[in-house]
Amino acid sequence: MSATPVLALRGISKRFGAVQVLTDVELEIRPGEVVALVGDNGAGKSTLVKTIAGVGPADDGVIEWEGRPVTVDRPHTAQELGIATVYQDLALCDNLDVVGNLFLGREIVRAGVLDEVEMERRARELLATLSIRIPSVRIPVASLSGGQRQTVAIARSLLGEPKVVILDEPTAALGVEQTAQVLDLVERLRERGLGVILISHNMADVRAVADRVAVLRLGRNNGTFEVRTTSQEEIISAITGATDNAVTRRKARTALEEK
Amino acid sequence: MSTDLPTTTDTGDNSQALADDTSGAAAAFTVDPRLLLQEEGLAGYWNTFRRKLRSGELGSLPMVVGLIIIALIFQLRDAAFLGPENLSNLFVTAAGTGLIAVGIVFVLILGEIDLSVGSVSGLAAAVFAVVNVNHGVPEWLALVIALGSGAVIGALHGFFFARVGVPAFVVTLAGLLGWNGLMLQVLGSNGTINLDDTGLIASLTNHYFTDISAGYALATLGVAAFFLFSFRDARRRKAVGVPSRPLSEIVLRSVALAVPAYVVAWLFNQYKGLPLAAVIFLGVVVALDLVLRRTSYGRKVFALGGNVEAARRAGINVSLIRISVFALSGTMAALGGMFLASQINAANQSSGAGSLLMNAIAAAVIGGTSLFGGRGKTWSALLGVLVIQSIASGMALLGIASAIQYMITGAVLLAAVVIDSVSRRVQRTTGRA
Ligand SMILES: Nc1ncnc2c1ncn2[C@@H]1O[C@H](COP(=O)(O)OP(=O)(O)OP(=O)(O)O)[C@@H](O)[C@H]1O
Ligand SMILES: [Mg+2]
Repeated sequence: MSATPVLALRGISKRFGAVQVLTDVELEIRPGEVVALVGDNGAGKSTLVKTIAGVGPADDGVIEWEGRPVTVDRPHTAQELGIATVYQDLALCDNLDVVGNLFLGREIVRAGVLDEVEMERRARELLATLSIRIPSVRIPVASLSGGQRQTVAIARSLLGEPKVVILDEPTAALGVEQTAQVLDLVERLRERGLGVILISHNMADVRAVADRVAVLRLGRNNGTFEVRTTSQEEIISAITGATDNAVTRRKARTALEEK
Repeated sequence: MSTDLPTTTDTGDNSQALADDTSGAAAAFTVDPRLLLQEEGLAGYWNTFRRKLRSGELGSLPMVVGLIIIALIFQLRDAAFLGPENLSNLFVTAAGTGLIAVGIVFVLILGEIDLSVGSVSGLAAAVFAVVNVNHGVPEWLALVIALGSGAVIGALHGFFFARVGVPAFVVTLAGLLGWNGLMLQVLGSNGTINLDDTGLIASLTNHYFTDISAGYALATLGVAAFFLFSFRDARRRKAVGVPSRPLSEIVLRSVALAVPAYVVAWLFNQYKGLPLAAVIFLGVVVALDLVLRRTSYGRKVFALGGNVEAARRAGINVSLIRISVFALSGTMAALGGMFLASQINAANQSSGAGSLLMNAIAAAVIGGTSLFGGRGKTWSALLGVLVIQSIASGMALLGIASAIQYMITGAVLLAAVVIDSVSRRVQRTTGRA
């Protein structure tokens, strides 16, 4: 807990036209920590992720990387810092094969020409170390199943040896087994000392792997909770705002005292 | 399956999950297709072929078959069709439209269209003629200026499309009209400027390498280069332990390339020799094929055709790639325009008009480049333009009116687009698009 956060967001705000999507959002991620970012549909989770990833820079606020403020205005800058993002809509090129997708935007070039052999070798190596199994690294990703596409997208994010990995609803479309696989993968990332931001609507997933839960409601912070010491109801009421947040916290505390 | 990827410790869960994954549509792809080739040799070819057929990956196959059928029909009606003179002329007249179609292939891979290439090719010819003939600028410099104006015009289209956000269809439609107007303006009241009939432009389509060895040397060079690169690639692959083609397959592919290469070289030698136009056209097709498939620039072009948003997030400069592709299309249109001007040895008011634009786009699509973006080869420009030119020259041999010729070319184009659409649908239903 005492370690300085590898990534910290301070007062992030963002608007689209007349809609204030994010207002003064704060978030901290430490190395080897999985932070779940939860909130209802349209709460602004994906938008927040895009400000960190340099896809849609914030209008206001500061991003601190390892303690010093940085500007992330391009995807490239985020990648160079060590922030890797797996988007909700995956963002794979269906017409390219697995190797092509893994190395998109950072192809290995030898004498001006794509080094397909080296890329294929590294792709196989990476997939093997993550225990990802795919029929062939040379078929278009269009022919992979949803779970396989998800694992390719995650593997892709790890190629640049990032320090922080952001996963936007990685298990949303997956079956039971594939979800378990992805959660395994998240734990493997934590063991490697990476900071992970996990966006999910699935409380079971969140409680299974996250250390902390940050709640976003209508584009604002609505509490950060330690998973081990917080009940599911508390988190859910923070998400829905069904009751005033302070009240629910108080209730939970008194409930605990009564026990 | 076990040969595909090394398994690690926790296979218990994973193999179960994998079994689930692959039980559905992906079942046919549980083994690396190339491993299949390696293990089963020639039978593997047949299996891969059947697999591709079933999943709708037809590529250029229908049109290769189509070209053979067209050739056979015309040959049966008139034995001159496959004769050296006709085939040699076919290549020379195809070069101009074919070069324009190569540029179109790039634009189609982006998932866009360039309707201005006909007008741009005419304008480039006019620019060359005015600069060279009227102002006495040396031919090479005039050529550079003409190609450069094609590039600038293309980049301008790209700018309006990529930066301003106007649909490419509309930008280039405006270009179609605008540049045609500029060409008429540039040509002046006269309307026709004749070119030096012994000059550089004239030689583009009337120069032949008469030395018999030229054609064979080029064929040998091509086949040898293909064999050496494939061989070295396979050796490197083997060395680092990724699937590679066996030597027998490399030899087979080289032979498959050598046969048509030598036959065509022999045919050319039966007439006037190796045409310069064919050399340049083939050279451009090969060079740009390497750019598309072997450079990170080409990879980016495909990525844009597959998923623009994914490309953007991967840090690709989307606008720059788009502008460059339209600039390339403009340059290729200008280059094609030089060959078309060479055929009539003049720039005139009908340069770049008529069915040129439609033929160039049709050639790319007929050759197997998808209208929906993300799939295509420069070779499809060669294949497509040969189909179109074969129909034209065969009809001319048989004395059939151009009215019929247009209808047949239209029908072939429709067939190509239907194949493209259907194969896309099949791919989707088998989970491949
Ligand atoms: N490009 C945009 N232009 C205008 N409004 C946008 C844009 N992108 C997002 N929004 C709005 O911002 C709000 C937050 O969207 P966002 O995608 O971040 O939500 P989310 O928390 O990720 O939701 P979900 O759980 O459904 O993925 C929504 O109200 C959405 O309509
Ligand atoms: Mg979202």
